[in-house]
Amino acid sequence: MTTLLKLISLAGLGLTLVPSFLVFARVISWESHAALMLVGTVLWFVSAPFWMQQTRQQP
Amino acid sequence: MSSPQARAVTEPPRGSLADRLDAINEFDREPVPPDRLQGPGSFIGLYTGEHVAGTEFVIGPLFVAHGVAARDLLLGLLVGNLLAVLSWAFIVAPIATRTRLNLYWHLRKITGPNLLFAYNIVNALMFCFLAGSMIAVAATAVGLPLGMAMPKLHDWYPNSVGWVLVVFLVGAAVTALAILGFEKIAAAGKIASPWMFLVFVAAAVAVLPRLGVESIGDFWRVAQERIWTGVPVAGISKFTFWHVMFFAWFCNMAMHIGMADMTVLRYAKRWQYGFLSAFGMYVGHFVAWLASGILCAAALGEVAPGPIAYLGAGVTGAITVVIASWTTANPTLYRAGLALQTITPNWKRWKVTLVAGAVTTAAAIFPALMMRLLDFVALYGLILMPMGAVIFADFWLLPKLGLRQRYAEWKTLLFSWPAALSWTMTLAACWAINAIWGLELFFLGLPGWFIATLLYCGLSSIQQRARVS
Repeated sequence: MTTLLKLISLAGLGLTLVPSFLVFARVISWESHAALMLVGTVLWFVSAPFWMQQTRQQP
Repeated sequence: MSSPQARAVTEPPRGSLADRLDAINEFDREPVPPDRLQGPGSFIGLYTGEHVAGTEFVIGPLFVAHGVAARDLLLGLLVGNLLAVLSWAFIVAPIATRTRLNLYWHLRKITGPNLLFAYNIVNALMFCFLAGSMIAVAATAVGLPLGMAMPKLHDWYPNSVGWVLVVFLVGAAVTALAILGFEKIAAAGKIASPWMFLVFVAAAVAVLPRLGVESIGDFWRVAQERIWTGVPVAGISKFTFWHVMFFAWFCNMAMHIGMADMTVLRYAKRWQYGFLSAFGMYVGHFVAWLASGILCAAALGEVAPGPIAYLGAGVTGAITVVIASWTTANPTLYRAGLALQTITPNWKRWKVTLVAGAVTTAAAIFPALMMRLLDFVALYGLILMPMGAVIFADFWLLPKLGLRQRYAEWKTLLFSWPAALSWTMTLAACWAINAIWGLELFFLGLPGWFIATLLYCGLSSIQQRARVS
């Protein structure tokens, strides 16, 4: 289950970052990039809390 | 910039001033035991998360407004951040890993509880203003869909009723969240930090074509001609390499040479973990500042964080500004409440936080707090820095001079006059240097540190020899 959650988080981060480079390369429009970033944001926040709180320990 | 680390606390303290202070910090009196020391991964996460915060959305654009040239910015950030990392590694970490005490308990042994009380109050006010600037930053994003008139670079006072209402709403929400459960917000901040950093980078990359960057090879030319042009906005002072370098070095002055990060680094297995602050400096104070500067240029000089983030990342950008600001403002507000509780020991925690929130929100209504963030951050560090120099001198220099360390603890003094005079006389000297020679605020930390160190050594010598004689 944790592995699946981590994969979803990774996909979220990918959708947050990669579309901007596609805008830069003029492959997609700015509007598509903004929409994909929002999807990436949702994926990150629905998955990351479940595995990050278990693994991260800070002083 | 970073947010202070807040910790769980006990019931409101009662009794003498010393008792009240001690009760608040009851959980942290002892040195960290060996089984609670942590490895490098914890510090990499902590520093990276702390230094990708709401303030980064403001600092990058302010460098653009101050007319920093591209070469000065890059070199200034590289050198200034390196000096900050060295300050963490060679000044804070060796003392933190030898004493294993937090700033509060170590300073108490040097200053006595009454002087520490004054230090706490000053700290609380600084925290309120810092949290206030974050509320203002969040308001620029919350006001976007409402069509609110954004504050401009030269605005010191509220520019519309809409701004006041939005700041009030955001301030109320931040205060309510700090009362209801700051720890969950702090946890959310840690979860958000990797995503937040990528939003900074993505937003900047997405606006590069608007600035005329067609390929990576175009970047440096566009950076010099359209982003960091070397020409300040009318009425704003010009920044050079030295301004950038000293700002990058001293923007966290309270944390490194001010010694506040003893609280964090006392958990480090080795003093060399101080070098891990480089993750925070070069991710947050290098990449994120460059990214927000690019966004500012693409927004034709707009400096309000909400609109510039929206320009690069759409709704996600606006969400990022709100999350970045709230996750910085909440622990800051909580820490301010903690410090203020020493004045009002019979008040419940929620009531103290409410007062701190009201002060913070009132400050946030003035856009000057956000638009003059560089000055405020420099002042904040400068005011708290002398106590860091006192700790340094007490730990390393007094034994070499044949003087006793932690003299207030040894003599059970409530108030150390050498520490108090070192603090106030250093600030007076810095003011005089500024007024007489015109040395700007950003540079005062360096002479100030040496002045504080020398004063404390000299005054301690007078105090201890007078007692012996």
